[in-house]
Amino acid sequence: MKSLLKVHHLKKTYHTKQGETPAIKDITFDLKPGEFIAIVGPSGCGKSTILSILCDLLEKSNGTIEKNKNITFGYMLQQDSLFPWRTILDNCLLGLEITNQLTNENKDYVLSLLKTYGLKDFIHSYPANLSGGMRQRVALIRTLATKPDILLLDEPFSALDYQSRLAVSDDVYQIIKKEKKSAIMVTHDLAEAISMADRIIVLTERPCQIKNIHTIQFENRSTPIENRKCKEFSKYYDQIWKEIDFHV
Amino acid sequence: MYSHEHLLFLKKIKKNKRYVHITQVMILFLFIFAWQLFADLEIINTFISSSPKNVLETILELIKDGKLWYHIWVTCYETMISFSLGTGLGFLIATVLWWFPFLAKVLDPYLTILNSLPKVALGPIIIIWAGAGKNSIILMALFISVIITIMNVYQSFIETDTYKIRLLQSWKATKWQIYQKVIMPSSLQTILNALKINISMSLIGVITGEFLVSKEGIGYLIMYGSQVFNLDLVMTGIIILAIVATIMYYMINYIEKKTIK
Repeated sequence: MKSLLKVHHLKKTYHTKQGETPAIKDITFDLKPGEFIAIVGPSGCGKSTILSILCDLLEKSNGTIEKNKNITFGYMLQQDSLFPWRTILDNCLLGLEITNQLTNENKDYVLSLLKTYGLKDFIHSYPANLSGGMRQRVALIRTLATKPDILLLDEPFSALDYQSRLAVSDDVYQIIKKEKKSAIMVTHDLAEAISMADRIIVLTERPCQIKNIHTIQFENRSTPIENRKCKEFSKYYDQIWKEIDFHV
Repeated sequence: MYSHEHLLFLKKIKKNKRYVHITQVMILFLFIFAWQLFADLEIINTFISSSPKNVLETILELIKDGKLWYHIWVTCYETMISFSLGTGLGFLIATVLWWFPFLAKVLDPYLTILNSLPKVALGPIIIIWAGAGKNSIILMALFISVIITIMNVYQSFIETDTYKIRLLQSWKATKWQIYQKVIMPSSLQTILNALKINISMSLIGVITGEFLVSKEGIGYLIMYGSQVFNLDLVMTGIIILAIVATIMYYMINYIEKKTIK
């Protein structure tokens, strides 16, 4: 299958007054249509930097990023960053407003997403009235509103408590699959990565390089919560755990 | 329908609030009463501390002359003009500083100096430049309110949540879009607070200006009163000023409540 995105020898160095900090040494990977890739690695290794470079928030220092035709990215951050002064619907329409795509057709699409994913009764509420999990779902719909080809998820659940985290990751996973999106997720939670991703890229410490890429195969793959019960789950967990250099 | 217990609870809150109000009003009356009593018993000298009765007489006299409303109007007019100019200009300059970070860095020490400088010191220069009239007073008040507005509003602009800005940038938002969609709305509370500070700053500036120019206005009444040693007039001026200031404050409060639902 043809790749949507190819990253070749990506390199990034941060420049500050204190000096140069190499963040990414050499990263090469590709993303296929419909694929879900998770990137894991020790904290501060430069995982998030990769996503920032992909959606042009940061400039790369070296390497090439090959994009298939005019693919677009949707970026979802750690914080839901919902605007407290906007209603849920208006929050979801923000990306369309910014990109000048606020047509009736697109608005109907957002409304249908809100309806499908259980937020119909809240479209005129304000973010403060929603639970953390619901807010995260709103943030995902806001990202989906501009119909991006690839979703970039930067530790999307780290602000949630454990229970909601499991539930919301299940939700988000199913929304992504149903809408047939490809995704790259950065996370520090190995279990989350294994339960959701098709492939997992394990990074070394900063400046990061690829240590290994695992293809995750379950005999009966289903939802993230169910996947955690598969017998292969703990095998992957052990393997990857050993590869990450955790320093406490 | 609430439970009996909850109703009792509500009643208690209401009762407590009423006690606070009653006590507040009582303090005011007690103060006026004691002031008058001490004056009548000649414990205090009404020549230097006036008395409620004298104040009331002065007010009635001013009303009869038709001067009272005129002086109040002048002070309010000057305050409103300098308040609007101060808020508008301050807001505009803060926006320009946010838009051009280079300019903000360059002007930073100058703003700090202007902010720490007691603006009254500029009074004589302002009077020479703008003449001994309304213009000087408005300019004086403008100086006092505009600097603090710039600093507060600019501070809130640059403290805007960076995640929200990044989010917009991920959609390739223009600078104007970032300003309009994130910076402005998230600074609304600070801007409203700036209004509250500004109204008192403008009033301070106007009264200071009226002290210096001394032609008309409540500040003039107080100044004139002290010069001819008519303490009745001074006290009257202060009391009118207190009332005017309170009304202005509640007006801004009202606007704030209307803006933030």
